[in-house]
Amino acid sequence: MKTALKLLVLLLVPALAGLLWLAWPDLREAPVEQSRAAPAGAAQIERGAYLARAGNCVACHTQAGQAPYAGGRPIGTPFGEVFSTNLTPDPETGLGSWTPGEFWRAMHHGRSRDGRLLYPAFPYTSYTRVSRQDSDAIFAYLQSLAPVQAPRREPALRFPYNTQFALRAWRALYFRPGEYRQDTQRTPEWNRGAYLVEGLGHCNACHTARNALGGIELDRNYGGGPIPSLGWEAPPLAPAGLMSDAQAAEMVELLQAGTSRHGVATGPMAEVVLHSLQHLQTTDLAAMVSYIRSLPPAAGAPAPRRPRVSEARRQELMRQGETVYREHCADCHGDRGQGRDYVYPALAGNRMLTGASAGNAIRSVLMGGYGPSTATHPQPHGMPSFAQRLTPEEIAAVLTYARGSWGNQATAVSPVEVERR
Amino acid sequence: MKNRHRARWLPALLLACAGAAGAATADPMAERVRACAGCHGEEGRSAIESYAPSIAGKPEGYLLQQLTGFRDGRRSHAVMQQMLAWLSDDYLRDMARYYSTREPAKLPRPPQAAPAVLAQGRRLVEQGDAARKLPACAACHGQSLLGLQPAIPGLLNLRAEYLQAQLGAWRSGTRHAPAPDCMADIAGRLSGEEIAAITAWIASRELPRDHRPAVRREQPLPIDCGGVP
Repeated sequence: MKTALKLLVLLLVPALAGLLWLAWPDLREAPVEQSRAAPAGAAQIERGAYLARAGNCVACHTQAGQAPYAGGRPIGTPFGEVFSTNLTPDPETGLGSWTPGEFWRAMHHGRSRDGRLLYPAFPYTSYTRVSRQDSDAIFAYLQSLAPVQAPRREPALRFPYNTQFALRAWRALYFRPGEYRQDTQRTPEWNRGAYLVEGLGHCNACHTARNALGGIELDRNYGGGPIPSLGWEAPPLAPAGLMSDAQAAEMVELLQAGTSRHGVATGPMAEVVLHSLQHLQTTDLAAMVSYIRSLPPAAGAPAPRRPRVSEARRQELMRQGETVYREHCADCHGDRGQGRDYVYPALAGNRMLTGASAGNAIRSVLMGGYGPSTATHPQPHGMPSFAQRLTPEEIAAVLTYARGSWGNQATAVSPVEVERR
Repeated sequence: MKNRHRARWLPALLLACAGAAGAATADPMAERVRACAGCHGEEGRSAIESYAPSIAGKPEGYLLQQLTGFRDGRRSHAVMQQMLAWLSDDYLRDMARYYSTREPAKLPRPPQAAPAVLAQGRRLVEQGDAARKLPACAACHGQSLLGLQPAIPGLLNLRAEYLQAQLGAWRSGTRHAPAPDCMADIAGRLSGEEIAAITAWIASRELPRDHRPAVRREQPLPIDCGGVP
């Protein structure tokens, strides 16, 4: 009897502790306020429109070819698919019956109107830094849109990831709600940049590697890593070493125009420039870059596992690659990988090309692509697809050559890696 | 003397040549669509026709609809989607205009199919099948199948494989036109055998010397097509 009691206590205590750990965030959460919004003024709506762009809400909450902000876009995760929601003020399927307090709770605590926990595909881990005032402005803007009826699409997640219990555990591990706090040791510009990068910009949604549970690992902050289910890899947010003033100015240029003197925004970053960054004021972009260049060096993603290429094989690929490069690449990218200013990106010193994984480079050669059409650069030039014109062997060779020439010192690429894409 | 006379002409001739070459490279669109040329060929005259069709001389409105269609997911092709994903309507319109004003190349005619197959294809193309309310291809694409400005494409100068792939894509729902999608309706009611016959007949037709698509007059189509304004 006594042993049974002991056993019960032994089991009960950790169980209770676990429950308390899971429920603790809820206990600390202030009750949602239900008051309706005071009628929004034009200035608040305009500010909200700007902030919604800074948060790039439209990209995820719009299905290609459909009404903006009406949701329904599938968002792939390693745990299954979720669908973005309708942010237009339709009373039944959108945010029509929401209050500013409920909207702020979604942004700050990641909870829906009915109290359900939201999936962190909605980046509330970043949006929690957004101030109440800014959240209210975004809400006022969204309420000013024309309502669109677009029913919610149920997520298609695997068990147990589709349960509220799993979300509760995930949040206890990886989510700390809290508004951005000014660092008084730093300049107002730096603080503005940090607020945008850490909050609405949600840069770490892609530029920080995630662990097996999809949690953002803060010791790897902004070190880059694979973007699950997009087939792209985010480079580290800042280049290794100190960023020069010229590099910082070029980064502002790239974020604003999508094309800079030496680079082009490609893949998911082109989408971010198209919908979000090109619309921000230059002072805000400069503030973001001033924060980014102050970041400590990050650990980055764990080194990807790649097929080994022997030294003799590497030299063979280099020789073959030089021939392929002369025939297919040099016309645009230059005989020394210098590119053509504002037209074709330089390959010498190109971070997309020389990453630890060659994934982005392989994808660009196979699929080609154009940079984004922006106000400052409406007609960007493009890269052709070589999938039908070069063999995997030739693509591996030319990438080995470009990754290992003109000062570039990245590893060789094996044809096996090209075939796997 | 004769030689000297010729020499006087030479600089002028050289200058004229240089001028022409300069004008060709000076068209900024030619450089901007270089990425397209990788598959669709110089000025949209493809060398790998069955995979990437020639696009030179197709109606501007039709080309624009295909470009926005790939971008917005009405048509699906991984390379085309990634290529165009971040481009504006204005830019795509300029690209469409550029290719619509290029001169198409004449395709060598592919080997002929069996006479019975060609006869079946010709009947469907020219007369359709009234019993099944299947309109003739020629009723919309023009009596000589050269298409009509601004939105109905010509069907000549395309390989049978390419035409088959498009009808197949409509049937299986991977290619869409704006609703009502008349081509999806038609393709869905054709048998595989009929598609083979139709495409064999069309591909056996030679592109005439004057091949510009005519401008469509205000007359109703035999079937509702959302893609045709």
